[in-house]
Amino acid sequence: MLQPIKIQGTDDTPKVILDPNKDNPIFEISGRSLPEDVVAFYEPILEWLDEYAQSPMEKTIFDFKLEYFNTASSKLLLDVLLKLEDMYDDGHDVLVRWHYPEDDEDMEEAGEEYADIVEVPFEQVSYEVD
Amino acid sequence: MANILKDSKKSLEFVYDFYLKMKKNNINLAYEGEITHQITKAFTSLTENNMIKDEDYSSVQKKVFHVMVECLQNISKHADNQFNFVESKDGRGIFLVSKDEKEYNVTTGNVVINEKIDELKKMLEHINQLDKEELNKLYKQKIKEGRLSEKGGAGLGFIDIARKTGQKLVYSFIKIDEEKSFFVLTSTISRLKSDN
Repeated sequence: MLQPIKIQGTDDTPKVILDPNKDNPIFEISGRSLPEDVVAFYEPILEWLDEYAQSPMEKTIFDFKLEYFNTASSKLLLDVLLKLEDMYDDGHDVLVRWHYPEDDEDMEEAGEEYADIVEVPFEQVSYEVD
Repeated sequence: MANILKDSKKSLEFVYDFYLKMKKNNINLAYEGEITHQITKAFTSLTENNMIKDEDYSSVQKKVFHVMVECLQNISKHADNQFNFVESKDGRGIFLVSKDEKEYNVTTGNVVINEKIDELKKMLEHINQLDKEELNKLYKQKIKEGRLSEKGGAGLGFIDIARKTGQKLVYSFIKIDEEKSFFVLTSTISRLKSDN
């Protein structure tokens, strides 16, 4: 069986949880993304998604809740979204939820941009910051 | 050439002059050297803490952070290093942050080989001609075009700085010799809420 991915966030890498269990499935990338080596960081995640796509859950809800990502990360985030698009194209039920702080226009726009590029159900969700 | 700092009288003049120049231009961070990932993290967190103390708007803080990261990564990935005494994987250059009541300026300077200048100039000129919407379009096109270049994301950084700051990139080249030039780039972030 596919082992879940659980990566703790740091001040330059996001928290990543990919855990397709029945009771409480979580697919989430959150926090800050400016890893020293973006490809090395995201490669295992992309590979995991390839494997997951072979027999995904009935519905996959993928949450992005990023505070910050650099331009080098932006391409890899698109790669993650493209994997989800592939799954959707194959007839699977996929929803992307893009969370942004309510006062962060740039992060809101980033979500809109990704929603424009990938053909997958995409929801923008604003959240309050203290 | 003897190091000026070893001569007590000259060193006083030099250091005091250096200090005055920094003060006069409101420079509160200056560095010359290799730009490693550790340096990037240290400078951004230092500046972040200062911005919190100064109570800059959170949108301003985010933009300054963003511009600093992209500028530092430009040096780290694209400065031409083959002219250094010591070879290293990270590029080296000069990095300055200045601040007054109205704005932050992030300036980088690094060596580039002359052959690259035309392309670099063309890219920067092009970016400076575009409005926000056109910049967004170009950005989308660039990330769609796919895989990271070997060094990671050339060009994207400039586009993103331009669209996030809403200001033109200020740049110039000074010829060092037949082989190489010095490339200086300044990005400006307004501290005023209405501009953000």
